[in-house]
Amino acid sequence: MKSKKRVRLGLTYLLLTILSIAWLFPIAWVILTSFRGEGTAFVGYIIPKTFTLDNYAKLFNNAAFPFANWFLNTFIVAAATCVVSTFITVAMAYSLSRIKFKFRNGFLKLALVLNMFPGFMSMIAIYYILKALNLTQTLFALVLVYSAGAALGFYIAKGFFDTVPYSLDESAMIDGATRKDIFFKITLPLSKPIIVYTALTAFIGPWMDFIFAKVILGDATDKYTVAIGLFSMLSQDRINVWFKPFAAGSVLIAIPITLLFMYMQKYYVEGITSGSVK
Amino acid sequence: MNKSKYYEKVSVLEAFKKGGIDIKLSALFMGFANLANKQIVKGLLFLLSEILFLITFVLQVIPSIHGLITLGTQKAGEVVDAETGITITVSGDNSFLFLLFGLAALIFCGVFAYIYWCNLKSARNLYVIKQEGMKAPSFREDLATLSNSRFHMTMMALPLLGVLVFTILPLLLTICLAFTNADKGHFPPGNLFDWVGLDNFGNVITGRMAGSFFPILTWTLVWAVFATVTNFFFGILLALLINTKGLKFKKFWRTIFVITIAVPLFISLLIMRNLLHPDGPLNELLKNWGLIQQSLPFLTDPTWAKFSIIFVNMWVGIPYTMLVSTSIIMNLPQEQLEAAEIDGASKFQIFKSITFPQILLIMTPTLIQQFIGNINNFNVIYLLTGGGPVNPEFYQAGSTDLLVTWLYKLSFESSRDYKLASVIGILIFVLSATFSLIAYTRTNSYKEGAVK
Repeated sequence: MKSKKRVRLGLTYLLLTILSIAWLFPIAWVILTSFRGEGTAFVGYIIPKTFTLDNYAKLFNNAAFPFANWFLNTFIVAAATCVVSTFITVAMAYSLSRIKFKFRNGFLKLALVLNMFPGFMSMIAIYYILKALNLTQTLFALVLVYSAGAALGFYIAKGFFDTVPYSLDESAMIDGATRKDIFFKITLPLSKPIIVYTALTAFIGPWMDFIFAKVILGDATDKYTVAIGLFSMLSQDRINVWFKPFAAGSVLIAIPITLLFMYMQKYYVEGITSGSVK
Repeated sequence: MNKSKYYEKVSVLEAFKKGGIDIKLSALFMGFANLANKQIVKGLLFLLSEILFLITFVLQVIPSIHGLITLGTQKAGEVVDAETGITITVSGDNSFLFLLFGLAALIFCGVFAYIYWCNLKSARNLYVIKQEGMKAPSFREDLATLSNSRFHMTMMALPLLGVLVFTILPLLLTICLAFTNADKGHFPPGNLFDWVGLDNFGNVITGRMAGSFFPILTWTLVWAVFATVTNFFFGILLALLINTKGLKFKKFWRTIFVITIAVPLFISLLIMRNLLHPDGPLNELLKNWGLIQQSLPFLTDPTWAKFSIIFVNMWVGIPYTMLVSTSIIMNLPQEQLEAAEIDGASKFQIFKSITFPQILLIMTPTLIQQFIGNINNFNVIYLLTGGGPVNPEFYQAGSTDLLVTWLYKLSFESSRDYKLASVIGILIFVLSATFSLIAYTRTNSYKEGAVK
C-alpha cells in the first residue's frame, strides 16, 4: 500500500516537471534569444553560441524604433489612465452599491447590456468621433478612451462595496454625517484593497492593449505605445533584423508587469471568487 | 431622500391640475414656478436652459435631424454654379458626420427632456411646499443636497458623460451603419451612403455572405466551447495535482505556472507565434531529434492551425483556472472528503461526486463569462494566426477567423465594409446576450445564490 502511494507521488512529480518544462520553455526561449549574438530570427538550436547585450542596446539607439520613447508614452498614458479610471470606477461602484436611487436597477441592467456588445464593434465610430474632435494620433485620446471604458467596469469594485456593512453608514448618518463625509472618511479608508486592485489593473491595461492604440495612433510611430511598437517589429520584412531586439523589449516589459501581477495575485483571486460576477 | 418620497405623494400631473397659475405656467416657461416662489437662481437656470435649447433647436437640431434622414444629397465633384454659370468644385456632404450629428442631436434632445422633467418636478415640489405652508429651500440648500442625498449625482455625472460620448453614441452610430450601404465605395469624403433598411441582414443570413457567415459562426462556437472546457477541466486537474497530499514545494510549482499568467498576453502570444513558425525552434527541435523530416504546418494549415490555437490557448488559460480553483479547493469543507475516504470512495469518485460539482457551482458564472469572452477572443486569434491561412471561399476572412476578427478585418483592412461589420457586431451581441440569458437563469449557482 505504501509503495503504491510512493509510485503515485513519483508519477505526480514527473508529470509536474514535464508540464513545468512545457510552460516555461517559451519564456526561456525568448529570454535566451534576447541575449543571442549570432544568427537572424531563427536558428536551429535553443542555447545561443554567443551572448551579447547588443539587442538591448539596439532598442535604445535606433531612431526608427524609439523604444525609450514608446516606453515613456505608455508610462504617461498608463499613469493618467490609472488616476482617472480609478476615480471613475470607485465613484460608479460606490454610488451603485451604497446609494439607493431611482434608476439604479435600470442602470445596472443597461450596463450589463452595453457590456455585451463586442468592444471592437464601436471602434470605428469612436475613431471618427475622435477625428471629429481632432484628437486622433494623440496620447490624450488614448487616456480618454481607456478611462471612459472604466465607467462600465465597476462590477468587481461594486462587489467589494457590497460587503462593507451598511450599518456603518447608518450610524454615521444618525450622527449627522453627510453622504460625502461617509464616502471620504469611512468607506474610502476601508477600501484600500479594492482601490489598489482597481488602480493596478487600470495601470496595466495600456501596457497590454494593442488594438485600440493601433487604430487611434495609426502611423504616428513616435506616439506608439510599447505593445504596438513591439508588434510592428515583427512584420514580414523586418522580422529577421528585429526579432532579437523584439525579444529584448519583451523581456524589459514583462519584468515590471510580472512583478506587479505577482503582487496583485491575491486581490485577483478574491475578485474572481467573491464580487466579480453579479 | 425621505423628503423626495414625501413630495411624491402628489403626482406631477395632479399638481398641475390643482396648482395655481405659477405652477401651470412653468410647463411653458421653465422655472416660472421657481421664480414666483423666490428660488431665483434655480428659476433663472431653468429659464436659461430653455432659451438655449430653443435657439440650438432651430439653428442646429432641425438641420441635423434633416441630415439624419437624408444622410446627405451632394456628392463631391464639380457643380455648375446657378448664378454665374461657372463650374466649381465642392467637397460634398459628409454622410458620416450627418449621421453623427443627427444622433448627437437626438441625445441632446433627450438630455433636455430630462431637464424639462426636472423642471416639472421642481414645480410640483413647490406646490406641495405651498400646500403644507413650508419654506422653499434656498439655492444653497439645494446645492448642499449634492453632497448628501443626491451625492450619487455628483459622483456619477462625469463617468456617465463619458459613457454617453464614448460608449452609447458610438454604439448607436455603428448600429445605424448596419442599416446603410456604407462601405469603401460609399463613404465620405467623396461619396455618400444612404439608408437601405434590412438589406444587409438579408445578405448575411440568406444572401451572398451566408457562405462566409455560417462557417465562421460554427468555428466561433466550436472554438468557444473547446477553449472554455479545456481550460476549465485541465486547470482544475492541475490544481488538484499540485494539491496532492504529500507533494512538496507546492508554492514553487504554483509559482511556475503563475509566472506565465503574469507575462503580458500579447507578448506570450507573439512568442508562441514565432515558436510555431515553420523555421521556429519547435520545428527545428523535432527535426534535430529526427522525429520529422519536413516542418509541421502548425499555423499554416487550416486544420493544424485550429488545433494549435486551442493548445496555445490552453497554455495561456490553464494557469488562470488553476489559480482560482486552488483557492476554492483549499476552502472546501474537509469533513466531507474525509468521510468519503473512510467510506472507501476512490480518488476518482471523490473528484467526480464531491470536488468537481462544488468547484463547478462556484465557478459557473466565471465559466459563462469566459465562454462569452472566448466568442469575442480577439487577441488569441489575431496575434497567433491573424485569422489565416487565407480561405478563398470566405469573403475577406481566413480559416481560423472568429466573428470578431472578421469584424475587425472588415472595418480596418482593405475592404472597409462598414455595413457588413456592423451587422456582424449586432449578431455577436445577439449571440452573447442569448447565452448569458440562458446561462444566468438556468445555472444552479444562480438559483441557489452561492455567488450572488
